[in-house]
Amino acid sequence: MSTAVSQVEVPAGVSLPIYMDNHATSPLDPRVLEAMMPYFTAKFGNAASRNHSFGWEAEQAVETAREQIAKLIGATAKEIIFTSGATESDNLAIKGIAEMYRERGNHIITQVTEHKAVLDTCKRLEKHGYRVTYLPVKADGLIDLEDLKRAMDDKTILVTIMAANNEIGVLQPIREIGKLCHEKGVIFHTDAVQIVGKAPFNVIADNVDVASISGHKIYGPKGVGALYVRRRNPRVQIAAQIDGGGHERGMRSGTLNVPGIVGLGKACEIAMQEMETEAAYLRGLRDRLQEKLESVLDYIHVNGSMEHRLPGNLNMSFVYVEGESLLMGINDVAVSSGSACTSATLEPSYVLKALGLGDDVAHSSIRFGLGRFNTQAEVDYVAAKVIDIVQKLRELSPLYEMVKEGIDLTKIEWQAH
Amino acid sequence: MAYSDKVVDHYNNPRNVGTLDKSSQEVGTGLVGAPECGDVMRLQIRVNPETQVIEEAKFKTFGCGSAIASSSLATEWIKGRTVEDALAIKNTDIVKELSLPPVKIHCSVLAEDAIRAAIGDWKKKNGVAETTPAAAAAE
Repeated sequence: MSTAVSQVEVPAGVSLPIYMDNHATSPLDPRVLEAMMPYFTAKFGNAASRNHSFGWEAEQAVETAREQIAKLIGATAKEIIFTSGATESDNLAIKGIAEMYRERGNHIITQVTEHKAVLDTCKRLEKHGYRVTYLPVKADGLIDLEDLKRAMDDKTILVTIMAANNEIGVLQPIREIGKLCHEKGVIFHTDAVQIVGKAPFNVIADNVDVASISGHKIYGPKGVGALYVRRRNPRVQIAAQIDGGGHERGMRSGTLNVPGIVGLGKACEIAMQEMETEAAYLRGLRDRLQEKLESVLDYIHVNGSMEHRLPGNLNMSFVYVEGESLLMGINDVAVSSGSACTSATLEPSYVLKALGLGDDVAHSSIRFGLGRFNTQAEVDYVAAKVIDIVQKLRELSPLYEMVKEGIDLTKIEWQAH
Repeated sequence: MAYSDKVVDHYNNPRNVGTLDKSSQEVGTGLVGAPECGDVMRLQIRVNPETQVIEEAKFKTFGCGSAIASSSLATEWIKGRTVEDALAIKNTDIVKELSLPPVKIHCSVLAEDAIRAAIGDWKKKNGVAETTPAAAAAE
């Protein structure tokens, strides 16, 4: 009997463990760290201190960062509000708009594969008298624009739909969604965390009114994020959710995280210069990984649209192999699984289930998140390793054996437990 | 999640992986769990008709590392035992041996179910009545 211990050789230039989970977080780019460093030490001023040079210096750094972020997404600096991260940005946008436009209506539209920061915020608003429509997605992970049109009514104040999904990387048709919203006079918020710096995103061209941005997904620091809030055509107003000193034009009080903000700005500046080349590079790595896996393994498939997708994302199901056992076999590679067993809830990924995948297939899925610092040698190693472990686990899998014998698994009376 | 050394050992070197001829009179097959729950175990035994000793045990498991380890351990433990002795194995014994965390206890339950299902199948095939506690005590 073969064992599950992998014999795959580690190529020269590859050091273990390999990080391939860049949708969860990304390593800090050394250039970003360099930009941030002085603001931890010598340039420690409070950006709100108006009467000395320490404050002016910090304020200047914050304004530079605002410019860098605005430039990347086609906004103006005054439209950028700093937050502690994208979860706060989503909360501020949705709750702040719901509160501000309560007179106009109480209906919000979102969709089922949003991040929990959006879904749980919407759920909370439902307890406070708001009505929320959760649009379904098609098998490719995209919403149907006709569903959105039908869901809109005269009480609709906000549509919040993500630009790119964090699990399957699919890109929603935000330009069309935004256009529809503008025609109906509805505000369009998008969780742009995964798209910014990875694929083209422009708030003007894409008809976006409010957008959430995160630092640590784009090789910047954790604990800092931003919210784009449109000032013209239409001017969007947001009720503050944190009260205090009236920072950020009253929308978000609290002393600014200057080093973090400097880092976010620098990360955006780098993305602006390198995104095009990087996207092509990541697409190449991603396609190489997919081709290698598909050339050897049967019963595997990609989850979500390949056409409308982030360049660095590959989400695959390795049917008849359970995701957590696969992760255990490739424990020198950091990826994540849609399997229940990796979460406390024992529920498989709600995103994959929303695509219509059965629980069994959702349990078998792995998300590969390629990023700036991954190499071709790493991809080759990961592909070889995954192939090796999948083959070994399939030798262990009663389901794979049954399917190979021509047994229809759906005809078996399983004892769910 | 960190795995115990024993879980890792069974995962890396699973014991008694394989398939027995389920049409054989001497073979009992237990198939438990469900694909949508993320674990399915198939445990098979070949029983000596004279002695009722389990001479061979094989398994295949679709599931997490703890599920694989639980079923691998189960085959090790039942081999060489009589069917009645094998029924004495409790899921809590497996939890203890593998140091399974609370979230993985269902894996051990499934392994116990698999042992019972395989023995039940063998008994049914061979017309052996389910043992009552009184009959067991009389032996």
